[in-house]
Amino acid sequence: MTTAYELSPPRALEAESVHVLREVAATFERPVLLFSGGKDSVVLLHLAAKAFWPAPVPFPVLHVDTGHNFDEVLAFRDRAVARFGVRLVVAAVQDDIDAGRAVEETGPRASRNRLQTITLLRGIAENGFDAAFGGARRDEEKARAKERVFSFRDEYGQWDPRNQRPELWNLYNGAHRKGEHIRVFPLSNWTELDIWRYIAAERIDLPSLYYAHRRPVVHRDGMLLAHTRFITLLDGDEPFEASVRFRTVGDATCTGCVESTATTAEAVIAEVAASRTTERGATRADDRISEAGMEDRKKEGYF
Amino acid sequence: MLRLATAGSVDDGKSTLIGRLLHDSKAIFADQLAAVERTSRARGEDEPNLALLTDGLRAEREQGITIDVAYRYLVTPKRKIIIADTPGHVQYTRNMVTGASTADLALILVDARKGIVEQSRRHAFIASLLGVSHLVLCVNKMDLVDWSAERFAEIREEFRRFAMKLTVADLAFVPVSALHGDNVVQRSANMPWYEGTSLLHHLEEVHVASDRNLIDARLPVQYVIRAQGFRGYAGTVAGGVLKPGDEVVVLPAGFPSRIREVWGPGGEPVNETFPPQAVTVRLDDELDVARGDLICRPHNRPHVGQDIDAMVCWLTERSTLTPGARYTMRHTTRSVRAQVQELPYRIDVNTLHRDEAADSLSLNEIGRVRLRTQTPLLFDSYRRNRSTGSFILVDDATNNTVAAGMITEPSASVVWHPTAVGRSDRATRGLTVWLTGLSASGKSTIAAELERRLVLAGRPAYRLDGDNLRHGLNAGLGFSAADRAENVRRVGEVAQLFADAGLVAVVSLISPYRADRDLVRARHVAAGLAFVEVFVDTPVDVCEARDPKGMYARARAGEITGFTGVDDPYEVPVEPALVLRPQDGDPAAMAARVLALLDHP
Repeated sequence: MTTAYELSPPRALEAESVHVLREVAATFERPVLLFSGGKDSVVLLHLAAKAFWPAPVPFPVLHVDTGHNFDEVLAFRDRAVARFGVRLVVAAVQDDIDAGRAVEETGPRASRNRLQTITLLRGIAENGFDAAFGGARRDEEKARAKERVFSFRDEYGQWDPRNQRPELWNLYNGAHRKGEHIRVFPLSNWTELDIWRYIAAERIDLPSLYYAHRRPVVHRDGMLLAHTRFITLLDGDEPFEASVRFRTVGDATCTGCVESTATTAEAVIAEVAASRTTERGATRADDRISEAGMEDRKKEGYF
Repeated sequence: MLRLATAGSVDDGKSTLIGRLLHDSKAIFADQLAAVERTSRARGEDEPNLALLTDGLRAEREQGITIDVAYRYLVTPKRKIIIADTPGHVQYTRNMVTGASTADLALILVDARKGIVEQSRRHAFIASLLGVSHLVLCVNKMDLVDWSAERFAEIREEFRRFAMKLTVADLAFVPVSALHGDNVVQRSANMPWYEGTSLLHHLEEVHVASDRNLIDARLPVQYVIRAQGFRGYAGTVAGGVLKPGDEVVVLPAGFPSRIREVWGPGGEPVNETFPPQAVTVRLDDELDVARGDLICRPHNRPHVGQDIDAMVCWLTERSTLTPGARYTMRHTTRSVRAQVQELPYRIDVNTLHRDEAADSLSLNEIGRVRLRTQTPLLFDSYRRNRSTGSFILVDDATNNTVAAGMITEPSASVVWHPTAVGRSDRATRGLTVWLTGLSASGKSTIAAELERRLVLAGRPAYRLDGDNLRHGLNAGLGFSAADRAENVRRVGEVAQLFADAGLVAVVSLISPYRADRDLVRARHVAAGLAFVEVFVDTPVDVCEARDPKGMYARARAGEITGFTGVDDPYEVPVEPALVLRPQDGDPAAMAARVLALLDHP
């Protein structure tokens, strides 16, 4: 009898992510999972629940709250936290603005995207977290393609792309001193399509705005932005209603949506497979700052 | 899923090749291409510079070089391919070592005009050292040598001769033009003489499943999961196959027990687990098992020892490896203190020359190192198992990963007893003739005739027949990929002993997997013994028409599964010493041809 003894790609990716989650739980004192309610962090939390079954997830989740949230994402966050029985820690950008540690951008294109870094690093430091799981994937962006699974951050939370630790086999080096921490990316080798196929196969619940729905939007910089209370209309902006879905979920001021009729994960997979643009390219104003927009923000300590 | 590492420099067109692979297989997106076009225009280049797709860091784009390993993803209808794109210059050897550590296949690029250069040899050596079993040599810029078949053949032969010194199980050659896309995704119309497939087609089809170790069951305990009434040992299977009911021992304590249950992530019951699955096992007995312990079978245990011999690549410019230095070693799920005892030699990665006078290893240098660990390690040799045979060294002062190590077969725990009789003292010199081919291809008949002729001529010879050995030596083995590998390994060991004793060992064995045969070859070569691979290339329909044992009929009827040629692959030898086809005559004529080869190699 011959058995193939081969894992399908989704199972091989799952095994790799589970290995990383367990490795961190076993070797760090205070890990935390960064949870935005976005699909990658939802998949990450789902994987964490599977990795430690039948025990509960042995670390809390941290939400960096920009204050510019989609209402349905916040509601989803609270449901997910309750369902998985994990502790939720919230770090609010507003607190840093109020305390004068962060200065709000002004103007119609103002975003709190960049301020999140200050809040994220404060959240990590205040709670003494030594490892922070993120849902970033290497296929998202060219600077992320260079990122390690265990990514060292110095005492200022900074990433030094020229001085990364070599990462061999599945032997991860999480050594760090007090005040430093490690960002851990268990989904490094997943692509957007892998994520959606896994969501479909595992029937993972997502915030409703990942599926097609009608909402008022405006055209802005070649993207569709949701017309929410956080958006200041510019001259000539004419809100109109369209059937859209979001490919990523971030700050409501800079996350665009795409026209879509996909109301199920399977329908989204069909659209993603046929899509000719990356999810960030299509819908993230924050990545368009410059060619090295992501690299520069990551060096400062961004997700 | 295929993990592939590429090596080469910008001059060879490596980034262009990957860009082309992604572009032509539609794995890059319109906005990525638009960004590349924008940047190319800004730099005054006429065509989009596809290399910009992979060079993600600002410094890389500014300097036009690849500095770090970048990972790229390619999904075709047949496979998910993970590309570790590594820079090629000697000062980036560590990056290639990193990329190759997880690779199934290494893609090495050469410029058709320049041919095999020092760098190509270095890349091949590193791939072989890191246990990458499949190597593809892409001869690029064929457009600049007028699509010359002769030039391609010249480079291929030169590389083959070099690769003989390495342990590479599978070697393939593809002539391409990355700039124009010839033979990258689509077959090229410019090189009608080329009979192989396009690069992408090769990557989609190459058989890597049999590369894993499915023989030595190893589960390093990573994390202990405790819940109400539940105590399970979670970990990633590092080798072999484990299933409920299996008798096991937990090392280092040596407690015997039995596997009660195997659970996949999320509590999915698993009947059989194998690498690289992440599982949780429960044992029949309540034992004190912790992270760093290892679960294996009672009669197949890893080595246990504190003296570790390894090939080590040094990864940092801030310090050097010198005897006496201490580090933290990360091995499987263990972390132990280790001290460098000796540095027997440093290896020149370009010439493979051993420098025994070396007293240190600095950045990008590779050498043989003996370490002593504070507590015993549970390990296998890297050649046998990449998971239980690899380690990293961490510098406690900087917390940096400073070295990658590949453990060599220990000589201390089992001492090789020297012989008083040299090979030249024996009356005859032995060798191994290895007949491989489908069932009913005629191997056994040819082997019997060959044995008869050798003995008649006064040369001691002995036939090792696959079917016959399954009555004794290999009685316990079945026909799974793992059992076949073990079957081939055992027959190979016996053949080698016979050859060492001065006999001609005549092996007739289907031995369907290339990697298994090549391991036997490598063992022979290492022992200084000739290994003559003869491919009995009888087409499957001819074999099936003969079918003396009625096996094909039973396989077609579905009574037996995993039958080579019917529902299990036969991997054709890449470079056999001799190919025998039905038109070469009857078994006697074929045996005569083998004999002629032995007399006049």
